[in-house]
Amino acid sequence: MSGVLKLALKLLLGDRGKFMTLVIGITFAVFLMMLMTSMFFGIIEHSAGNIINIGARMWVMDPDVQTPQNSIPMPNYVLDAVRSIPGVDYAVPLYVGAGLVRLHDGTYQPATVIGLDDATLFGRPELLDGHTLDIYGNNAFFVVRDANYAKLDSPKMGTTFEINDRRGVVAGIAHVSVGSLFGLPTLYTTYSRATQDLPSTRYEMSFILAQPKSAAAIPAIKRAVAQLGYLALTDQEFTTRNDRFYEFQTAMGTNILIMTLISFIVGLSIAGETFYMFVLDNLERFAALKAIGARSSELVAMIFYQSLVVSFLGFGFGVLLASALVAFGKLRIPNYAAMITFQNIFMALVMVLVISGVSAYIGIRRILRIDPFIVFRS
Amino acid sequence: MILSVQGVTKWFGEAPARTDALRNISFSVDHNEMLYIVGPSGSGKTTLLSVISGILRPNSGSVVVEGKDIWRLSADALADFRLHTLGFVFQDYHLFPRLTTLENIAVPLVLRRVPWEQGLEKARHVLEVVELADKAQLPPQRLSGGEQQRVAIARAIVSEPDLLVLDEPTASLDGDTGRRIVAFVRNHVLNERRAIIVVTHDDRIYEYASRIIHMEDGRIVDEPRPTA
Ligand SMILES: Nc1ncnc2c1ncn2[C@@H]1O[C@H](COP(=O)(O)OP(=O)(O)OP(=O)(O)O)[C@@H](O)[C@H]1O
Ligand SMILES: [Mg+2]
Repeated sequence: MSGVLKLALKLLLGDRGKFMTLVIGITFAVFLMMLMTSMFFGIIEHSAGNIINIGARMWVMDPDVQTPQNSIPMPNYVLDAVRSIPGVDYAVPLYVGAGLVRLHDGTYQPATVIGLDDATLFGRPELLDGHTLDIYGNNAFFVVRDANYAKLDSPKMGTTFEINDRRGVVAGIAHVSVGSLFGLPTLYTTYSRATQDLPSTRYEMSFILAQPKSAAAIPAIKRAVAQLGYLALTDQEFTTRNDRFYEFQTAMGTNILIMTLISFIVGLSIAGETFYMFVLDNLERFAALKAIGARSSELVAMIFYQSLVVSFLGFGFGVLLASALVAFGKLRIPNYAAMITFQNIFMALVMVLVISGVSAYIGIRRILRIDPFIVFRS
Repeated sequence: MILSVQGVTKWFGEAPARTDALRNISFSVDHNEMLYIVGPSGSGKTTLLSVISGILRPNSGSVVVEGKDIWRLSADALADFRLHTLGFVFQDYHLFPRLTTLENIAVPLVLRRVPWEQGLEKARHVLEVVELADKAQLPPQRLSGGEQQRVAIARAIVSEPDLLVLDEPTASLDGDTGRRIVAFVRNHVLNERRAIIVVTHDDRIYEYASRIIHMEDGRIVDEPRPTA
């Protein structure tokens, strides 16, 4: 390490109080930003849960559909039309809707009902208990054991219930990789039973799940579906569309974005202000260095280095703290939707670099204006 | 001749509130000379010292050090000039409280890109010369005034500058300590490649001067006005 930077480090570490304030300030800001963005990513991940759980390569839908929860039913001929598109290997219908479950104590509980294609059961969940084929049994449903399972009074195999005034029986307990965001229990059944039992509009098919013959066939499929007046998206595209919806068209996303921005501003002001105080406190020292013969560029390097050191320390502690809290939250709170990904670590890093750059810039502007003449005056 | 000052003027502020701190100052300093600049408070001594050392730009006139007209240099070249040719002892020392005494002394070497350990080694040597070897690891604020002054001198001479400038080096010291320190500087630092400029009020140390110039109201005068 260059001696000048070592000097910078010693000046920084020498001032314990300011140094700690700086690191703690940035830690706090990173912590807040990480929590906000991880909540945000968690919510988005969960909101896209069905796309991930079903696992289809392509989704065909009405062009106005934004999320997998709210579909606009399509007429059956679309399924045949999609099946006859040359690049399509196979295509199956999917029903996603809501049912009203009446519990034994007489209370009602809404639930998400997913109807899988009768012939293939494409998108079926992993079973913890029961057999896949039991789904064909009379009135059979699979119940997902997630954070909302208890809302159905934690039914066992064979438990009966009423759904939309018809009988239902638990034929399997299922596990899905991403739980629901919306606090509703999830029931799986066959497409035909779902469309029979639930209140239906004229059309019943929520989505068509399509498997292209190859990735190269996807653009042609999209074009062909568009000709039908519908929209075909790959799973990633659908996820992105869903993300955008929650980010910009719901209060949830917008609020969290605003909170992230606020934590960024708080962090920026704590760090910027403290760093500026640090620079002011050390003005005389920088002036003495300048008088002795340090070049301006060396002073700039020192300031940058000091702000980088505190920023990276704060970043490290902030990420650790946020990760620990999220991990703890996930252990303790079943519905806790937060997720730390490389993406939000990266976002926090970018914000920290901005904070560090701005703080350094303020300090540098002051340093470059120092008149070393002050060292001669008492 | 190591330093030549020609027709230097410096004022602060604008008319009518203008203060003329230096009015047409000219003089020169030879190698192996210890020049004193003395004069009453406000006569412009500190201003002159900072103009000579490339810290305060004069309004007119030239300062030539070892053949270089320093006020024609770029900002970086001027910084390099200060680093390589000058040694400073500021009136308030301006030691770095976050560094040890030893590290303080090594600062000019660090700025000269001497490797850290090597700089400390050299600093240790100079610290022995000023008889403070046992204080190497203390922060300077734990030292007495006279000791801090010696540290400041050690920092100024560690890079073996050709021109050493001291502003009021004895102002905060008792008479004996002040004399000892100035004698030390004269005996250890002065030689035929170097010169020393001392700004002072303190007539107890006049005996060490090679030559004394008197300033009054921004001018050099032949004889000081008798004090009433
Ligand atoms: N930065 C400044 N702005 C305005 N006036 C200044 C400035 N620096 C010095 N002066 C004025 O210039 C004149 C010379 O000041 P200088 O500090 O050089 O005197 P000095 O001889 O060193 O005095 P002292 O013995 O008290 O240190 C004084 O009138 C002072 O008020
Ligand atoms: Mg003065």
